[in-house]
Amino acid sequence: MYLAKINVTLRPSILDPQGKAVQHAIASLGMEDVRDIRMGKYIEMKISSDDAEAAGRIADEACRKLLANPVMENFEVTLEEIR
Amino acid sequence: MTTDTVNQPVANLETAQKLGLTPEEFEKIRQALGRDPNYTELSMYSVMWSEHCSYKNSISQIKRLPREGPKLLAGAGEENAGLVDIGDGYAVAFKIESHNHPSAVEPYQGAATGVGGILRDIFTMGARPVAALNSLRFGDPASERTKYLLKGVVKGIGDYGNSFGVPTVAGEVYFDRSYNENPLVNAMAVGIVRHDRVVRAVAKGAGNLVLIVGSSTGRDGIHGATFASEEISEASESKRPSVQVGDPFTEKLLLEATLETIRAGLVEGMQDMGAAGITCSTCEMSAKGESGIEMDLSRVPLRETGMQPFEILLSESQERMLVVVKPENEEAVRKIFDKWDLRCETVGVVTDGKMVNLKWNGADAGSVPPYSLVLGGGAPVYTREISEPAYFQKLRKADLSGVDEPADYGEVLGRMLGSPNICSRNWITTQYDSMVRTNTINDCYLDAAVVRLKETGKVLSMKTDCNGRYVYLNPHRGAMIAVAECARNLVAVGTKPLAVTNCLNFGNPYKPEIYWQFSESIGGMAEACAVLGTPVTGGNVSFYNENPEGAVYPTPVIGMVGEADSPEATMTADFKDAGDLVILLGETHGRIGGSEYLAMIHGKVAGEVPEIDIHIEKRLQDLTLDLIGKRLVKSAHDCSEGGLIVTICECLFGAHRKGNALGVNFGELPDIRPDRYFFGEDQSRMVISASKRDLATIRGLAGASGVAIRLLGEVTGDGMLTAGGLIQERVSDLMGIYEKSLEKFVSGAVTSDGVGRSGTDR
Amino acid sequence: MKPRRTNGSVKKFGVVVFPGSNCDHDAYHALGKVLRQDVRFLWHKDSSLDGVDAVILPGGFSYGDYLRGGAIARVSPIMKEVVSFADAGGIVIGICNGFQILCEAGLLPGSLIRNAGLTFLCRFVHVRVEHTRSAFTSGCREGEVLKLPIAHGEGNYFADAETLAGLERNNQIIFRYCDAGGSLTGEANPNGSLNGIAGIVNERGNVMGMMPHPERATDPVLRETDGAKILLSTISHLVEKTQLTHSTI
Repeated sequence: MYLAKINVTLRPSILDPQGKAVQHAIASLGMEDVRDIRMGKYIEMKISSDDAEAAGRIADEACRKLLANPVMENFEVTLEEIR
Repeated sequence: MTTDTVNQPVANLETAQKLGLTPEEFEKIRQALGRDPNYTELSMYSVMWSEHCSYKNSISQIKRLPREGPKLLAGAGEENAGLVDIGDGYAVAFKIESHNHPSAVEPYQGAATGVGGILRDIFTMGARPVAALNSLRFGDPASERTKYLLKGVVKGIGDYGNSFGVPTVAGEVYFDRSYNENPLVNAMAVGIVRHDRVVRAVAKGAGNLVLIVGSSTGRDGIHGATFASEEISEASESKRPSVQVGDPFTEKLLLEATLETIRAGLVEGMQDMGAAGITCSTCEMSAKGESGIEMDLSRVPLRETGMQPFEILLSESQERMLVVVKPENEEAVRKIFDKWDLRCETVGVVTDGKMVNLKWNGADAGSVPPYSLVLGGGAPVYTREISEPAYFQKLRKADLSGVDEPADYGEVLGRMLGSPNICSRNWITTQYDSMVRTNTINDCYLDAAVVRLKETGKVLSMKTDCNGRYVYLNPHRGAMIAVAECARNLVAVGTKPLAVTNCLNFGNPYKPEIYWQFSESIGGMAEACAVLGTPVTGGNVSFYNENPEGAVYPTPVIGMVGEADSPEATMTADFKDAGDLVILLGETHGRIGGSEYLAMIHGKVAGEVPEIDIHIEKRLQDLTLDLIGKRLVKSAHDCSEGGLIVTICECLFGAHRKGNALGVNFGELPDIRPDRYFFGEDQSRMVISASKRDLATIRGLAGASGVAIRLLGEVTGDGMLTAGGLIQERVSDLMGIYEKSLEKFVSGAVTSDGVGRSGTDR
Repeated sequence: MKPRRTNGSVKKFGVVVFPGSNCDHDAYHALGKVLRQDVRFLWHKDSSLDGVDAVILPGGFSYGDYLRGGAIARVSPIMKEVVSFADAGGIVIGICNGFQILCEAGLLPGSLIRNAGLTFLCRFVHVRVEHTRSAFTSGCREGEVLKLPIAHGEGNYFADAETLAGLERNNQIIFRYCDAGGSLTGEANPNGSLNGIAGIVNERGNVMGMMPHPERATDPVLRETDGAKILLSTISHLVEKTQLTHSTI
């Protein structure tokens, strides 16, 4: 069994209104040194496979087909073996 | 040459062609400039001479539309939206626009930015948006792709409009396989402005300052073709063309800040940035003002690093405006935008000259005569080849005599009410905030939305319409019907139609058969608008709506706005009391060509589209308004897709929703085969209900107007729909089908059996 | 039906305008133009409540609601004043986004999470008035069913079991979603709120949050006017409070 930890982030050129609004709020709280907030999604899923490579392929497919929007987002998968 | 220090790719004929320009157009550009263009200038011409900005393939046809009327305050295409007088010193601004291709790629953001764009068109004129509408077309409702697109588009429209705070009040949705892969997403907005606060999209007065306000500029939406050329970029991830992302929060702030500067009298001219971004607003405003503009592109606030001048000029980043102010007002304007936490940068100055001169980091980046770029100026105008497609005569002559009569009318009625093209749109409309701003009147207005105006006490009505199947089968007649039905919808709620905006969605105009559809549709639309007295105030053309199987149905969507003196003058569609009479105004012949019945139940898209005589239509509408004005009717509902019986069901459902469990008992049926009588889609018909004591008066007025009238039956208190031994159904059961059907499609509980079969008949 | 008016007494309401508020004008219209009260807007950057008798946190999408509904609005300068005002017993009403802000600010317990159906939902619902001893429901009948519109994507009231038990025990739940007949059915609950909660008050009873929009059902021109009962109850309460104060002086 593997635990896939997935980060889905907006591609750098895509406008992130959420990040912009949060940045503004952080600044208004006096944390002026905080810069360039970009928000994304963190997803965990368990994959019942004994083979790291196969688990990686499955996670990758899940990202490409559903979890990430290929038109606007990038994704990153890290795998962790679990029992 | 002006390119000394700006690192620009070469700009030759080959580059021009890559940017979508023809050799003739490249030559025209050289003539306009008196020299070869540089890459920045060439890019500007390529976007300004695209169909979207120049209307080069459509303007010669569009000019055939009636565009004059006593209440029009701005000529068609003159301003960002149509402007019509509504009395008491106020005007209504409204326009519809397409966002089809962006929505096909990214349905959520495509639809959201479509809404954002049309709202900016309204408030850039100084008008506060009071309502939004949308006209949507999707492919086979059972396909996974359609569901994905539908969910994304609806959420995109909802999230943007809801957050911005404009009520989304009306629209229409149709499903057909011809729209597979190429949905149509047309967004309309309506706003109100005081005459003395209308702002024009003009740059005038040498020395006046040019400001960019709102969001910063990124590489959003720059045409992919531009990026394909190797010279420009290393095709690095960050430089790929970006999907435009809508930010309704910023748009809301931009609205409030903009209107505040206008109220304070600080604005000389303003235009929003939509397609072709800074290029379009700069060129159009200076061309209209017969002025020049000096602009320093290095002062434009950027979101990304390393942007080239052409990228800044072409960027379609959302939520931005170009504003022209007098120098003495600059500080006051800046203060207002500061208050709303928005960027406000002075980027240029209006000049006496006739050129738009662009600087970048101290160097010349380009210099163009703006008039040469714009529609009505130097932009090319083409007349395209026209050829009647073979399908036209074949399908209209299709023999429908072999259509089997249903064995079980109750069952067929249930299927009709569950048709994705007829059933309740609740699943969609509840995702839109339809009540924010507390102007939407919450009553059973089934034909059009009714919005009161706090400013004047009057009401506006609004609706969009177009049956693309009709237009496909007979473009001239189909377009006439679209106009007639839209006006009839406004009349049904007791309001008088004022004017039209249109969104013309067609395939590739370089195909003569497509251009025939386009030209024929314009002819039908022109005829109908002229007779109904509803001039066209502007709109939008969207060509190249095609999928691998061919073009979408030609879909010239009509958006219309109407008015009434007060909320009390309006009319609802629900039946009111048992014992009332159900009356049909207009004639029934039982025509089923092009009908939903033929498509849904018999899987055929064929036959002659129901005839329409626009003069009879006009008489029907005048009569209906007269009857409503005299309060002789207790309900009115337009008869359209699904025919007479579906119309009556909808009036009953309206009553049931108010807890009024009525039924209808049809009287004697006429000598028309019942399926044709119940489901035929004859035009120019209105179902009304009235007290028995008013029947004679109504008959008299109908007779005097030359409008046919037929007593259909009686409203009953038993909650049953009964028709001559053929139909005996509980209204609540029928309503259950009608209300739940779309949700079932979306959740995948229904297969495509019997739906959107038209693909097979084309 | 015309909403009844209070006996000519005019109270001073402040409607807070956050960036992204979009029901601010609706509250202003309902209270000022329809119910003839003295209403003013309070700007989010201000640090004074301008001497108002009651504060309304209106609906909308403050700061785009990009992080969580109400999360960013909570940190605006004006909210410090609103919290002090509430602590001193001042009347505060949060409608929709305003309810979310009150929860984020800790003036009301619990929070409003995404609707169980996952979509934004705008339609009329019925709510049952759970008791009439509050400042906001004194003009209603016990168990009265009100027809009010909702318009939200995050209106699913959630609180831990202990908090919930406390709300029930202290009669802090003043509106619950119900059907037209007043029954608390699962189907009548539009967003999955725990215990069908549509509106609550704080323990002291001076701060109220509700997801339905009373201001949208106040103007008779728009047909539905049940919302006026809530606003009029509030006005009556303020009037009585003033009379009480004057009589004790």
